[in-house]
Amino acid sequence: MADFTSGFWNWYIIIPTIAGIIACFVMIRWLSSGISPEETGKEMDHVWDEDLVELNNPLPRWWLMMFYITLFFGIGYLTLYPGLGSFAGLLGWSSTGEGSQYEREMALADSRFGPLFERYRDMNIVAVADDEQARRMGERLFVNYCATCHGSDARGAPGFPNLRDNDWLYGGDPAVIEQTILDGRSGVMPAWEAALGAGGVADMTEYVFSLSGRKVDDAAAASGKKKYAQMCASCHGADGTGNHALGAPNLTDNIWLYRGSRKQVMESIARGRNGQMPPHREFLGEDKSHLLAAYVYSLQTGQEADE
Amino acid sequence: MAEQQTYNYTVVRQFSIMTIVWGIVGMLVGVLIAAQLAWPVLNFDIPWLTFGRLRPLHTNAVVFAFGGCALFATSYYVVQRTCHTRLAFGPLAAFTFWGWQLVILLAAITLPLGITSSKEYAELEWPIDILITLVWVSYALVFFGTILKRRVPHIYVANWFFGAMIITVAMLHLVNSVAVPVSLLKSYSAYAGVQDAMIQWWYGHNAVGFFLTAGFLGIMYYFVPKQAGRPVYSYRLSVVHFWALIFTYIWAGPHHLHYTALPDWAQSLGMVMSLILLAPSWGGMINGIMTLSGAWEKLRTDPVLRLLIVSISFYGMSTFEGPMMSIKTVNALSHYTDWTIGHVHSGALGWVALVSMGSLYYLIPRLFGRELYSLKLVEVHFWTATIGIVLYITSMWVAGIMQGLMWRATNTDGTLTYSFVESVQAMHPYYIVRFLGGAFFLFGSLVMAWNLWKTIKGAQPAVGTIPEPAAAH
Repeated sequence: MADFTSGFWNWYIIIPTIAGIIACFVMIRWLSSGISPEETGKEMDHVWDEDLVELNNPLPRWWLMMFYITLFFGIGYLTLYPGLGSFAGLLGWSSTGEGSQYEREMALADSRFGPLFERYRDMNIVAVADDEQARRMGERLFVNYCATCHGSDARGAPGFPNLRDNDWLYGGDPAVIEQTILDGRSGVMPAWEAALGAGGVADMTEYVFSLSGRKVDDAAAASGKKKYAQMCASCHGADGTGNHALGAPNLTDNIWLYRGSRKQVMESIARGRNGQMPPHREFLGEDKSHLLAAYVYSLQTGQEADE
Repeated sequence: MAEQQTYNYTVVRQFSIMTIVWGIVGMLVGVLIAAQLAWPVLNFDIPWLTFGRLRPLHTNAVVFAFGGCALFATSYYVVQRTCHTRLAFGPLAAFTFWGWQLVILLAAITLPLGITSSKEYAELEWPIDILITLVWVSYALVFFGTILKRRVPHIYVANWFFGAMIITVAMLHLVNSVAVPVSLLKSYSAYAGVQDAMIQWWYGHNAVGFFLTAGFLGIMYYFVPKQAGRPVYSYRLSVVHFWALIFTYIWAGPHHLHYTALPDWAQSLGMVMSLILLAPSWGGMINGIMTLSGAWEKLRTDPVLRLLIVSISFYGMSTFEGPMMSIKTVNALSHYTDWTIGHVHSGALGWVALVSMGSLYYLIPRLFGRELYSLKLVEVHFWTATIGIVLYITSMWVAGIMQGLMWRATNTDGTLTYSFVESVQAMHPYYIVRFLGGAFFLFGSLVMAWNLWKTIKGAQPAVGTIPEPAAAH
C-alpha cells in the first residue's frame, strides 16, 4: 500500500493503536475493582487549599459499560475496515480505486440515470431544445454546474459571458456551443502596455469606445486608430466586429465582458485578459453536455421569441 | 521574605480582568460576523471589515484571548493555592501576562489587515508564533516550577489537566506552525497537500481537546467543588478519565477530514478514537455534576453554582454530539454544514465561556476582598446566556441538517434538486435566529462585566496569605 514509505510506519500505527486500546481496558478493569465497602464514599487521604478533598467512589456501572462498548466497537470496526496501518480490513472496503464504494455508487447511478440522458444523444440540439423535459433536465444541470460563473439566470458576471444576449464569442451555432462545453475555451487577450505605452493605452481606449458609438476625445481616438490597424485588427477585425474562430470579442456592440468603464477597458488593453471556460467532456460526459448545449441554445432562441 | 508568605494575586488579577475585556471584544466581533451572514451589506465593502478577515479575529479572540486569559488566570490561582506556595518565577509570570497581551494585540492588528498563514486557528504569522512560543515556555516554567516547590505530597487533579494542556499545546503549536518565512509577514507551511491538512487538524482538534477541554476541566475541578463546598465525587474516576482522555483525544483529528484525500486507515482511526473518547469525556461531566450530590438545593439559591453546573451539562451534550458527528455516516450529512458551527458553539458558549464566567464570579471577589456586587445580576446573566446558547445551537441544528439534506437531494434524473445558492437562501431565517442568540449571550456578558466592575470599583487588591497545608486525616 502506497500510504507508507516503509514497513516501519505500518507498525508505528498498529502497535500504539492496539496497545492504547488494551491499556484503556486494563486501566478501567484495575480501577473498577479492589474497593472495599468500608472505603466506598469515604474521603481520600489528601487535603488541598484548606478544604478540597476527594471521595473514594467507584466508577459508575453504566459509564463503565459505555466505555467497554466503545472499546469493543473500536476493535470490531478496525477488524472489518481499514485502520490498522496497511491491513485492509476483513470487508475489503475502500473509498477509492478498484471496487471502491465510490466506483460502485457511480456505476449504480450511471446504470439508473444514464439511459435518461442517453435518449437524447442522437437527437439534434435544436430538436432537444424543443423538448420540454430535456430542457428542464438541462436547466437543472446548468444550475448545478454552470451557475457559479454564468449566474443562475445565465446572465453572466464580469469575466463570465452572458448567455442570453445573443452575443457570442465563439459563435452561437448549436454545434459550437456543444464544443465549447465539451472542450472548454481559453480566451487570451495579450497585454499591450509595453507595446503601446501608457498614453497609447488611453488613446486606444478612446478609439475602441468610438467603435460602439460612445462619446470620445477625437484626437486621442484618431491616434489610437492608427495603432489599431497594426496591433488589434488581426484578431478583432479591421472594423472591430471580432472573430468567432479566435473568440475575439466584437468591439462595436457596446457589450463588455470585463465591464465597460474607461478604467476597466484600459486595464484589459494594458494588462491583457485570460478567460477560461473549463472542459466538461471528462467531468459530465457527452450525454449531459449535449443536454446542456440544448439548454443554452434554448436561452438564445427564447430571447428571439421575446422580440 | 514576607512576600513569599503570600500568593501572587497580581498576575491572576491582571489575567482575570483581561478575560472579561477580551471576552466582550471577541463576542462582539462574533455577533457582527453573524449579522454579516444574515445581512451581507454589513461587510460595508471595507476589506478589513469583511467576514473573511473578521472570522479569524473572532475565533482567535474568543479562543486564545478570552479562553487563554481565563486559563492563565485560573491555573495560576489554582496551582498556587493547591500547592500551598507562591507562584514560581514571579518576573516570568509577569512576562507571560504582557507577552500574551502583545500576542493578542498583534493578532487584532494583523488579522483584519489580511496578514495570515491561512491555517485555521493558527492564522498568526511566524514572528507572532515565535512570541507565542516564548510566552508558552515561560508559562510552563512558572506552572511546573510551582508544582515542583509544592508543600503538599499529592498534585491536585486540576493541575493534571492544566499540566497536560500546557505540554500538549506546546507540542501542537510547535509542530503545526513549522513554516518557511519568505518575508517578515509571510510564510509558507512546511507541509504540503494532505499531510498539511492532517497536521492542521491534528492541531485544530487538539486545540479543542487540550486547550478548550482539558484546560477547562482543570477549571471545573477546582471551582465546582469550591463553590459547592463539596468533595470531588470520585478520585478513581478522575484518574481513569484523565489518562483515557489525553490518550484518546490526540487521535481524533482525522474526523475533520472524512471523505477527503486522507487515506482510509487514518479516517477510520479518527472515527474509532472519537467514539472511544465519549466515555473519558463524560467521566469529567459525572465528576463535576456528582460533586453536587448532597447539596443539590444549592442550585436554587446560588446562581454562580448554577452557571457552573449548566456549563458541565453543555460539556456533556457537546462531548456526546462530537463522537456522533465523527461517525462517517453521520458526518456525510453534517460535514461542511452549519451543524458543525452549532456543535462548536454549544462547546464554546455553553461549556468554555460559562465555566470561565462562573469561575470569574468566584475569583474576582476573592482577588479584591469584596462581596459580589449583585447576585440578582448573576441571575440575569445566567438566563440571558442560556437563552442565547439555546437559540444559537437549535437554529444551527435545524439549519445544518436542512443544508445537508438540500445538498444531497436529487431529482428522478439524478441531478441535484437544489443549486447551492438555494441552500444559502434557505439559511437566512436561521442566520437571524443565530445572530439573536449571539446578541443575547453578549448582553449577558455585558451584565457580568458591569456586575464585576461594580464589585471591583474602589476596592484594594486583596492579599492572600499562604496557609499551612492541612494535615492528612
